[in-house]
Amino acid sequence: MSKINFFINDRQIAAEDPSGTTTLLEWLREKAYLKGTKEGCNEGDCGACTVIIESIEDNRLIHSAVNSCILFLHQLENKSIRTIEGVSGPEGDLHPVQEAMIKFNGNQCGFCTPGIVMSLVSAHTNGTSDLDTILAGNLCRCTGYDSIINAGEESLKKPRPDWIDNIEVPVHEVPQDTGNGTIRNPVCLDEFADWYAVNPKATLIAGGTDVGLWVTKDLKSLPSPCFISDIPELKKVKISGNVMTVGAATNLTKFDDVISKYYPSLSVMINRFGSVQIRNVATVGGNIANGSPIGDLPPALIALKSKLILRRKDTRRKLPLEDFFLDYGVQDRQSGEFVEGVEIPLQHEWFRCYKISKRRDQDISAVCGSFLMELNFQTIDDVRIAFGGLAAIPKRASATEAFLLGKTLNLETIQMAMELLETDFKPISDMRASGAYRMQIAKNLLLKYYFGRQRMSGHQQSISTR
Amino acid sequence: MTEYKAQSNIHHDSARLHVTGEAQYVDDLVSTEGTLHLAFGLSKVACGKIISVDLEPVWQSQGVVKVLLCTHLPAANDVSPSPYWEPLLAKDNVEYIGQPIFLVIADTNLNARKAARKAIMEIEEIKPLLTIDDALEANSLFEDPLVYQNGDPESAVDRSPKILSGEIEMGGQEHFYLEGQVAMAIPQENDGMLVYSSTQHPSEVQHKIADSLGVPMNKVRVEVRRMGGGFGGKESQANSVACACAIAANLTGRPCRFRYDRDDDFLITGKRHDCRIAYRVGFDEAGKINGVIIDQFVRCGWSLDLSLPVADRAMLHSDNTYFLPASKITSYRLKTNTQSATAFRGFGGPQGMVGIERILDHIAHELGMDPLDVRRINFYNPPNSGSLQRTHYGMEVEDCIIEEIVDELVSTSDYRNRRQEINEWNDKNPFLKKGIALTPVKFGISFTLTHLNQAGSLVHVYRDGSIHLNHGGTEMGQGLMIKIAQIAANTFGQPIGSVRITPADTDKVPNTSATAASSGTDINGMATKIACTKIIDRLIGFLAERHQSHPDEVRFEQGEFKVQNETYGFKEVINDAYMNRISLSATGFYSTPKLHWDRKIGKGRPFFYFAYGAAVSEVMIDVLTGENKLLRADIIHDVGNSVNPAIDLGQVEGGFVQGYGWLTTEELYWDSKGYLRTHAPSTYKIPACRDRPMDLRVKLWEKGWNREETIFNSKAVGEPPLMLGISVFLALSNAIASITSDYPSLNAPATPERILNTLTRNYQVPFDFKSGRN
Repeated sequence: MSKINFFINDRQIAAEDPSGTTTLLEWLREKAYLKGTKEGCNEGDCGACTVIIESIEDNRLIHSAVNSCILFLHQLENKSIRTIEGVSGPEGDLHPVQEAMIKFNGNQCGFCTPGIVMSLVSAHTNGTSDLDTILAGNLCRCTGYDSIINAGEESLKKPRPDWIDNIEVPVHEVPQDTGNGTIRNPVCLDEFADWYAVNPKATLIAGGTDVGLWVTKDLKSLPSPCFISDIPELKKVKISGNVMTVGAATNLTKFDDVISKYYPSLSVMINRFGSVQIRNVATVGGNIANGSPIGDLPPALIALKSKLILRRKDTRRKLPLEDFFLDYGVQDRQSGEFVEGVEIPLQHEWFRCYKISKRRDQDISAVCGSFLMELNFQTIDDVRIAFGGLAAIPKRASATEAFLLGKTLNLETIQMAMELLETDFKPISDMRASGAYRMQIAKNLLLKYYFGRQRMSGHQQSISTR
Repeated sequence: MTEYKAQSNIHHDSARLHVTGEAQYVDDLVSTEGTLHLAFGLSKVACGKIISVDLEPVWQSQGVVKVLLCTHLPAANDVSPSPYWEPLLAKDNVEYIGQPIFLVIADTNLNARKAARKAIMEIEEIKPLLTIDDALEANSLFEDPLVYQNGDPESAVDRSPKILSGEIEMGGQEHFYLEGQVAMAIPQENDGMLVYSSTQHPSEVQHKIADSLGVPMNKVRVEVRRMGGGFGGKESQANSVACACAIAANLTGRPCRFRYDRDDDFLITGKRHDCRIAYRVGFDEAGKINGVIIDQFVRCGWSLDLSLPVADRAMLHSDNTYFLPASKITSYRLKTNTQSATAFRGFGGPQGMVGIERILDHIAHELGMDPLDVRRINFYNPPNSGSLQRTHYGMEVEDCIIEEIVDELVSTSDYRNRRQEINEWNDKNPFLKKGIALTPVKFGISFTLTHLNQAGSLVHVYRDGSIHLNHGGTEMGQGLMIKIAQIAANTFGQPIGSVRITPADTDKVPNTSATAASSGTDINGMATKIACTKIIDRLIGFLAERHQSHPDEVRFEQGEFKVQNETYGFKEVINDAYMNRISLSATGFYSTPKLHWDRKIGKGRPFFYFAYGAAVSEVMIDVLTGENKLLRADIIHDVGNSVNPAIDLGQVEGGFVQGYGWLTTEELYWDSKGYLRTHAPSTYKIPACRDRPMDLRVKLWEKGWNREETIFNSKAVGEPPLMLGISVFLALSNAIASITSDYPSLNAPATPERILNTLTRNYQVPFDFKSGRN
């Protein structure tokens, strides 16, 4: 069994994990006796387990916060990790974040504190000032957050301490496929494609933010885990003409960076799903390939007329994204075929998407609605409406679209279309929302889209959140 | 008592340990070799008869050392904090989904969890009672409805110029302490058991373990250094994990460790009681209440746990800050096949308070008045008014300072102008509506079970003058340890650094009450002061004797003894006293005075005093989606003469956010089978960072001073601020009311769905979007 090589707090580690499912958190606490990183939920929702992955981009040190509870050890090959034990200076000097947390009483019970410190340290290192976003994935039940924000803001006034500035992220060689027959972490796309064609039962893991829960909550063992997030070709983003091709293993943070200038509305939504920690590892391909009826990207990408690129060995096929989702848990993916990327048209001015959930940040959508209408003067000559949360799959509102096509865009048309949504969807009730509310929201979002287009007499349309 | 001000903004004693990750919680303690790990096998049926449990596949699972059913337990099978039996492991019947049926002991946590899912259980299902209505229909009650009454409410209501009736439902609340339930037990010689537990109530854990093992309590030692949050959720709910560890350690002779996975924690443990409150109120044209009749339906879950005192406290807070000339409060304690509801910060008080605040709000809507004016006219008379009033349970309200606090808040928050501005905004904006509400808090301080109002402390001074402090209170983040250390340091006139804080330990201070009911600092602080004073008195006696003087002539000030023109330093006297064989260790014991209470008839003085506060919240809602945002909150809260204002401020801010979390995003959802579907943070949403108010202005009340003799005349702060969050809920209701003609009757939690439903229930065609007018 070959070793997994990585660095923890500048110390080189060679660890073994024959199960393929040991998480970093488990390893830190039970094997490395680094107990400062806490388990709060074991599903990437509370942030108590936050650690940092260090990298150098454009000659700058970048700190990416991640949830160690759903990060597999095998995903760490050739990576540098910093934990709460590696934040203070060599002489025990506190990091400015730690000092400020004490000064502003940002700690009460202290259990979330290491995770919060790690998130704030990542912001401090990266020079990020949007602390609400930085901390969206760190739950605190004691303080009410104000003292933590005060601490974070204070820390940002201080320079990076020497010991952080002087971190030398080891020059990582091109990652090697260290796996043997049952656990793989391929680095070459073609080799992976060939291998997967003959090992179609393997479990593909990109970010692992969904698969992680199969392990930590469903207690499953994974047949032939194959970790694909280090395949460089799968992380590429290309723009040619009016089309952006996004590699399946592109993480959501990166995706947001490249898409936000084309579709600010999509960027707002991306920043509401998961948390920084999740978006730093979760991938575009994963959000599509897992086939969830409540994934937030598919409705948006369907409304944008995206095409999915599927590949088996060296054969590729493209299909409209909506055709990929056949039924609950069933996708149009052949044995040995994998999602290689997605093509997103970039020219649509009047694309908008909306996410409705109980809590603004880091919640799963009750309804996610995406709309696109092109007008020829006042006549709708192209329309796309797709929803998540209304059916067993992300789905287009076909009847509503058909009705709208060729109509004059006005309030009466929209109100009639709203009623037609009832023929397109029969949403279910569950813990996130009732079917009736989902339907009402679907209709109202269409109305909201319309009012947004009409730029209704300058009225504020949606709640600004800082 | 003393004009000496203890006030000092010292940071939490563990602050440095917290921010470096060095603070140790139970699960961080280093395991000895051979430590075993536990997991419960849970019921998947809400109500049923156990026909058979096939444990063979569990035994066969990897790493399993032992599997226990209730029949394998060495002694008592009971983890109840009340006289009503509550089995650790289900016996013949299961009563909720998540109830532990068997216990797996294995080599690793993961192996224990995997094995626990492998039993084959046959359970004959019986139709479960899940909802308040289910329980009412089946007359499923833990005790006969309790009635507290004053005056003749029926005729007071009927003869009133105005009468209203209504109903509000409010959901429960999961504690979501960041550290889940956890314990570790290490067997000791001669049947002894050492247990590290994350509990607010070490003495009860000790008691339940002793019964579980069939040994006297003196064989069991429970230690608690800190919890990663408690909020009431570790007052009784820590018993099961700790007893399971002790039993497993006893049977295997090996250390045993048990922590619930987060989802199991949600499924197994109790939450805040959800509640329906129905009311009929009679009042005059000015909004003054003549009489009120309130029915409280409290869903207690499958076992009694602490539900009786919780429901009692809901009744006791049915007045909040308002004088009720005639009232009848009836409380129904409903038994259902759901998790046993338990203590949660406020302990029933919040539910009772939401009820009366809804009534006041409803009255204001009916009269077209500003709710603030209706509230003010009903406030209890202030202390200097010359005519004190009694609560509906007969306690004279001597300290009602709410009017003063509210007046100050109205001014500092600019409430009147902002209400005007909000009206103008709402006239102009068709999509987004604003609302504002000011709500007061009066919270009774003391355990209503009077005997619990006692505390002990153990103080040693070593020869070098360093001080060792121990007391019956536990640390769950509220800063109790630093506050008590400040009291010890102040009493001895020594720097804070000379006091060593030590874990709560049943071997040091026995028979403690839970750290609950906001009482931690009040009672443990007093006990500590008494212990320190005993030692000082001995030192004074010693010096008096040496100087052939009277003890009254020895003065002790700021750490120095003065007698006959001589001044001695603390350390010097300590060493001299030791050389002269004077004891430098003392226990202190405190019991809260003035309390008498008969819960059956609902008369007496259950509380030593009241804590007060008030909040103004301003919100915005989106009328198309029900999404909402807390724009601004202003708070003034009374903590008396604070021992540590920085720590108290943290309690106020955190309590407020937790309070409005309960009433807004935090929704518990059981499906038709009784399965709690919101059993993890992925589905149960406590406030996240961005949910905090965009503009938060919190002040401790500068004039705060407890008229009762509490420690430094401070006031308890743990629970009362939670109820400041009610202002957010009523501000949301106010925003809805801006476009509905009927009273909105919003239920809690006010999720976007409930807000939108409340809107659409009240109007069909919302307004003319084109003109932007209502």
